[in-house]
Amino acid sequence: MDYNLYDDLINYAKEHLPEEACGLLAGEEEKDGTRFIKKIYYLENIDHASDHFSLDAKDQMEAVKDMRKLGLKPLGNWHSHPESPSRPSLEDIKLAYDSKASYFILSLMAKNPVLNSYHVENEIYEKEDLRIVSGDYYY
Amino acid sequence: MTITVAGEKKEYKDDLKLTELIEIEEVETPQYVTVSINDEFISFDDRETTVLKEGDSVEFLYFMGGGC
Repeated sequence: MDYNLYDDLINYAKEHLPEEACGLLAGEEEKDGTRFIKKIYYLENIDHASDHFSLDAKDQMEAVKDMRKLGLKPLGNWHSHPESPSRPSLEDIKLAYDSKASYFILSLMAKNPVLNSYHVENEIYEKEDLRIVSGDYYY
Repeated sequence: MTITVAGEKKEYKDDLKLTELIEIEEVETPQYVTVSINDEFISFDDRETTVLKEGDSVEFLYFMGGGC
């Protein structure tokens, strides 16, 4: 994922504090499973809560329509944790119904934001190799 | 007949029911998936009686939510 997308994600999530912010991830996927996030969708957290989020199906559909138009693939979702670490909560795990999705969790609990990506399947989660790319470098 | 499923054009038998498509496509936890056909949501109760037709475009939208 390009660092500009990463910066935008952090700024958006901070602007929506104290609520959890959320949305969808779109991009491209290679045959070996490597994913490139090309666009982040910023969708309404219809729960408007600091400890929970839900996406509206209509918003999801509009975002997916836009992805199809742009030739991008839905790759997962993201949400922020305003006051907890960047790891899936019990509720995140329970509600992770799509094992093909990448689940980004952005923690804003400390001074520096922390973003991780997870694969969740059969209620077991595993950290994915997420790289933020800036020019020839990544971190 | 040709149907677009999750952005991909595929061939299926004629008069395919939506429930059959969900099975063929191995949709995980279908009870937590909202289905749209040509941008219209299909209610859970209508899945069994909904028959797909040539040129339809189907999307499977997983419920997305969580806590912290």
